Amino acid sequence: MTFTAPVLNYSLLSPILILLVGALIGVLVEAFVSKALRPVTQLSITIGTLVLSLAQVWKIRNEHSTTAAMGSVVIDGPAILLQASILIISIISVFLIADTDHFTALAASLPGSDEERHAVQTGNQVTEVYPLTLFAIAGMMLFPISSDLITLFVALEMLSLPLYLMAGLSRRRRLASQEAALKYFLLGAFSSAFFLFGMAYLYGYSGSVNFAGIRESVVGGSGNDVLLLIGIAFVSIGLLFKVGAVPFHTWSPDVYQGAPTPVTGFMAAATKVAAFGAMLRIYYTVFANAQWSWTPLLSAVAIVTMLFGSLVAIAQRDVKRMLAYSSIAHAGFLLAGVIALNKAGLDASIFYLFAYGIATVGAFAIVTLVRDSNGEVTDLNRWKGLGKRSPWVATAFAGFLLAFAGIPLTSGFIGKFSIFSAAYESGAKGVVIAGVLSSAIAAFFYIRVIVLMFFTDPIQDGTTVDIPSGLTRITIIFSIAVTIVLGVFPAPLLTLITNFATFIR
Amino acid sequence: MIWLTFLMALPLAGSVVVAALPKTNEKLVKQVALFTTLLVMGATIAMAVGFQRDNVELQFVEKYSWIPSFGINYALGIDGLALVLILMSTILAPVVVLAGWNESHGGRWSVKVFYTLILVLETMMIGVFAATDVFLFYVIFEAMLIPVYFLIGGYGTGERSAAAVKFLIYSLFGGLLMLASIIALYVMSGAQGGHTFDLASLSHLQMSSTTQNLLFLGFFIAFAIKAPLWPLHTWLPDAAESATPGTSVLLLGVLDKVGTFGMIRYCLTLFPDASKTFTPMILVLAVISIIYGAILAIGQRDLKRLIAFTSISHFGFITMGIFAMTSQGYSGAALYMFNHGFSTAALFLVGGWMISRRGSSTIADFGGLQRVTPVMAWMFFLAGMSSLALPGLSSFVSEFLVLVGTFTRYPVHAIIATFGIVLAALYILIPVQKALHGPTTPGNENLPDLNLREKIAIAPVIAIIVVLGFYPSPLLKVINPAATHVIAGLGFSDPVPTSGNNE
Repeated sequence: MTFTAPVLNYSLLSPILILLVGALIGVLVEAFVSKALRPVTQLSITIGTLVLSLAQVWKIRNEHSTTAAMGSVVIDGPAILLQASILIISIISVFLIADTDHFTALAASLPGSDEERHAVQTGNQVTEVYPLTLFAIAGMMLFPISSDLITLFVALEMLSLPLYLMAGLSRRRRLASQEAALKYFLLGAFSSAFFLFGMAYLYGYSGSVNFAGIRESVVGGSGNDVLLLIGIAFVSIGLLFKVGAVPFHTWSPDVYQGAPTPVTGFMAAATKVAAFGAMLRIYYTVFANAQWSWTPLLSAVAIVTMLFGSLVAIAQRDVKRMLAYSSIAHAGFLLAGVIALNKAGLDASIFYLFAYGIATVGAFAIVTLVRDSNGEVTDLNRWKGLGKRSPWVATAFAGFLLAFAGIPLTSGFIGKFSIFSAAYESGAKGVVIAGVLSSAIAAFFYIRVIVLMFFTDPIQDGTTVDIPSGLTRITIIFSIAVTIVLGVFPAPLLTLITNFATFIR
Repeated sequence: MIWLTFLMALPLAGSVVVAALPKTNEKLVKQVALFTTLLVMGATIAMAVGFQRDNVELQFVEKYSWIPSFGINYALGIDGLALVLILMSTILAPVVVLAGWNESHGGRWSVKVFYTLILVLETMMIGVFAATDVFLFYVIFEAMLIPVYFLIGGYGTGERSAAAVKFLIYSLFGGLLMLASIIALYVMSGAQGGHTFDLASLSHLQMSSTTQNLLFLGFFIAFAIKAPLWPLHTWLPDAAESATPGTSVLLLGVLDKVGTFGMIRYCLTLFPDASKTFTPMILVLAVISIIYGAILAIGQRDLKRLIAFTSISHFGFITMGIFAMTSQGYSGAALYMFNHGFSTAALFLVGGWMISRRGSSTIADFGGLQRVTPVMAWMFFLAGMSSLALPGLSSFVSEFLVLVGTFTRYPVHAIIATFGIVLAALYILIPVQKALHGPTTPGNENLPDLNLREKIAIAPVIAIIVVLGFYPSPLLKVINPAATHVIAGLGFSDPVPTSGNNE
């Protein structure tokens, strides 16, 4: 028996490898560097790694349309664009994570225990969140470029496990945070099981775990359709769970609320890019020819998700929960891009993911600033009169909300328009109409927050707005600038995406 | 030639300057705002001089690629109707700034923010009438809501934030229906020779009558909310009651015209067949608006709400004129839009001065103002007469044209609408009698009359009302060619009178 060494194409995998090396160095730093130097060392390593990885993505941008690691990974136009989006979103999220005030001093200690108190008193702040973030990002980078089921599953777990932990790291309301982490973990494990189950059926159907192999069987149409349908259904459940689509959304409001806000922002933005990236690849390439079997189902999920997210968001009194339901609604809009199943839909989805991700991180950055003596204030009633207290922060938040609502001259409008027109073009008129209706509903609760901030008098309850630290400031300014520039001059990015984004099958 | 872009850039630049000024120097802020709006007015008049009246094509055309991936252009151009409306907007802007010199003081934010918003709004008012790319139009149409929303909610009185939200939600809802129609047009254009948003190209699209009807409704509902047509009008009285007089002038005088303008520019041009299909229903709604607005106006105790309801009646006339599908009706409607801008401005501004002096907007609180403040009383009287279309004042000409234009094709509607004129006499004369005549109500004895600034502000408005009443032909000469062109484009020719000598 001869053994052939696998050809890995290290240069194409380098963006991910760099992240993994950075994460491992982070683990060592956690163990060996003194507590005084640790935060700054970790931050510089993390940012350095991300920038290096982004540079590497830039370097390989023209080598796309190839496979690497023996066909387990595909580097094509969408892959490069999605990876770059994930990295950019991650960098600005790490700026928020850098504010250690949000994280528990010692995650391993019981809430309220002596151990915890001791860690706080001695200033022995652990910073394991940085390597965890890097591991998660590496998984996110692998997820949308995987081209076989095994790699896809590994990537899914790689991005999920660190996130489960990160959700439980909150310094304040630790019990709620740990509950969120446990909930996320349990439900996530369920969805992974569904995903695996679906994988098995797909393998049974096609005799291959490779996307190209499965696609061939779908195109050939010779296999047992029952196996295919069950496979599609269960794999879809796993993916829909990750993007938070109804009825697999129940984890998201609790996790969004319980997790430390910088982590929520990172999770909401980057996970969506990764999960939708993978989803687009699977539905646009592997399942494309079985369109008749999944489009009706996915359309129904999209419609229900949009309407449910928008309607329930109206009833929210907590800013993080409101943003959670808003992100559910946005998952519905993004599903419209998946259903479109045409080039315009792919371009629109990538644009939407980037624009939405940036605005989301920006919005959560603002949430980290509104505080009282017990930490963040997320009760919307206490956001009253924010526009009077700190007009710039309130204006920026209003800008993000208007982008979420899809008001013209913001990136959100261009995204919504392009995704709806792509879906309409493919004949999904019902989805478009539901989308327009739920946009109208959604506008209501976004505007209500603006009313609260600008048209209501502040109540004196000790709520203050922190002066943003330098890094948070960079995140907010960058996000709002991108949101507006993409709303007014989206042409360069749209052209780039149009020229770049073609899946290789 | 970049006249239109220049016009839009002027107030935008002004708003940047105003935003950069120190917050404390309120006088300078106002002066810069006034200067900017005057400059824009001058530039608009200069542009209007170069407008070729007999040319029915779009003029001052500009076109630059904006978002090539979707075939979206930054495309501007105006015909006679758009020119008239831009002229109206840019004349009203300095009037509003000067007339409402102190109205920004009671706001939630500084005076500076108020004028920044006003100037940004002026840019959009010009853009919305000049856009010839449907996407560009939509963007401005929606973006306009934001400054108005903050103007009402931030500087109004009473239930201002509730009124602002109501206004915004109604408008956004209509806008989203229009967006769905626009997406459908875009997709169809892609199937028929390339994605585009160019108005002229879109008007040649082939579509089934069902599609056309649905898309027409998407546009029409958005415009009917804007131009408030019964039963979509309920946001207007609240908004007008809460907004400052200056904001109300811009809201009713200019922004609502976007609705009636849109009916002509988009509904009639893009969906001629659907327009004909829906004409009977729309005319009924228009007639109901005329009568309903007038009756409710009679019943109002609040001066600002009264003016708002008179406007609902007037917008009924405009809509009726548009959908009568005759060139007189169309010319009348176009002229009506212009005249209504000024008569409403006069009513709101003089009414606003009365209210701020008295400290109350209830009509019953006034009384005998004729004796105490004769100039103000006369101005209010004139404004009222213009609103009820007294012959010799400008609105008479337009109302007459609308009725004549409608009568030739829809006599019953025209006759019922005529009752609106009778009711108009009631809703104007009753408050005039209560507020201006009779014994002076206690507490009103020492109200000051108009000062010089206020006289200067109202003078051009009154002058336009009077001059155009006697001599409307400069405007009609601009409007008529476009009117004939549009009506002929719809496949209609004006009905020939059945009797009488046609010379």
